[in-house]
Amino acid sequence: MNGDQAMRAFSATLPAPEFLNPAWVSPKPLAQSTVAIVTSAALFAVGDEAFAAGDTGYRLIDRDRRDLVMGHWSPNFDHAGFAIDLNVVFPVDRLEELAAQGVIGAVAPRHVSFAGNQPDDVATIRLDSGPAAAASLLNDGVDVVILTPV
Amino acid sequence: MSVLAHVFEAAGIATVTLSSVREMAAKVSPPRTLHCEFPLGRPLGKPGDAVFQHDVLARAFALLEAPSGPVFVEHPEVIEADDQPVSCALPPRFDPTLPPAVDEARGLRKAFDRTLAKRGVTSVGRTMTADDVPDTLAKLAAIAEGADWASVGLPAGSTTAMCHDIRTYYEEAALALANGLVPGGRAIEDWYFAQTEAGKTVLAARAAMRDADVKRPIWFYMAPGHR
Repeated sequence: MNGDQAMRAFSATLPAPEFLNPAWVSPKPLAQSTVAIVTSAALFAVGDEAFAAGDTGYRLIDRDRRDLVMGHWSPNFDHAGFAIDLNVVFPVDRLEELAAQGVIGAVAPRHVSFAGNQPDDVATIRLDSGPAAAASLLNDGVDVVILTPV
Repeated sequence: MSVLAHVFEAAGIATVTLSSVREMAAKVSPPRTLHCEFPLGRPLGKPGDAVFQHDVLARAFALLEAPSGPVFVEHPEVIEADDQPVSCALPPRFDPTLPPAVDEARGLRKAFDRTLAKRGVTSVGRTMTADDVPDTLAKLAAIAEGADWASVGLPAGSTTAMCHDIRTYYEEAALALANGLVPGGRAIEDWYFAQTEAGKTVLAARAAMRDADVKRPIWFYMAPGHR
């Protein structure tokens, strides 16, 4: 069993919260939507606060920043792909291209990065930092987010 | 990611989730999921391949057209992690009076600097700068030979962060030595732990700490769990 297979097998056993009556947003056409990235890769811009171990907070990343640091604490996934091309984790250049082509309406002025930490009850993510990050994006006029894990 | 999808959707933002663990996505069931069986750490699949990344995004955004959910679709391409170490030259032994890992880390500095110059940013810096990597490896070599881990003067901060810095230094150096090839998902990790003196030193220090009954969180996360 290689590293990815081992991690997938382990992750499949982790407890997962239930979402009763989950929300469903009927989006407006993509070509009219402002799109942001939300990643769990613990990325942060140079000069911003690094992620601490167990950090359940988030960092906002301005649309034009490319000087990003991989701050995730897990040694169990590939970090080199990000070093080769940040778009494989955080597809900022691809979104800019889609906006230029008119496929999406606009790229959000800021994207969001979490660290993938969530205690079993995921209360902080669900009730505190998650809604706060969402409020920031709503304030920026975001209609759609694409979530990228690591 | 799947949990955050529910949170953002509840706030009024439509979400599309790229999933990397099928079972977790099935349990949490975010509104719209494109499951991608790609190497962990590469949710868009292929670094340096804009066409492929656009294909992933197009399939993901297409899920927004579904009238109701949850929606779960799999990307048709599977990309396995590459278990073969990247072909990457290591510097020759230069100073036999030094621990091999120290000599090696010094010899890789120019390669690390070339990647830094190209990218303009490094992910080394949690507990040390690149300047500190050789000296820290000397301390890990001492631990591997029986020294007390708490007394050798490791950088302040956690051993996990320290080992991230060393591994990242090597990974970023390797990118300058890989002749433009794009290594597979685990290829640089395999090179680091199987072929470099640094990787072997980290594993040896980790094993020594385990055998000395150091608390598990201090040594376990110095390397991937399957090692």
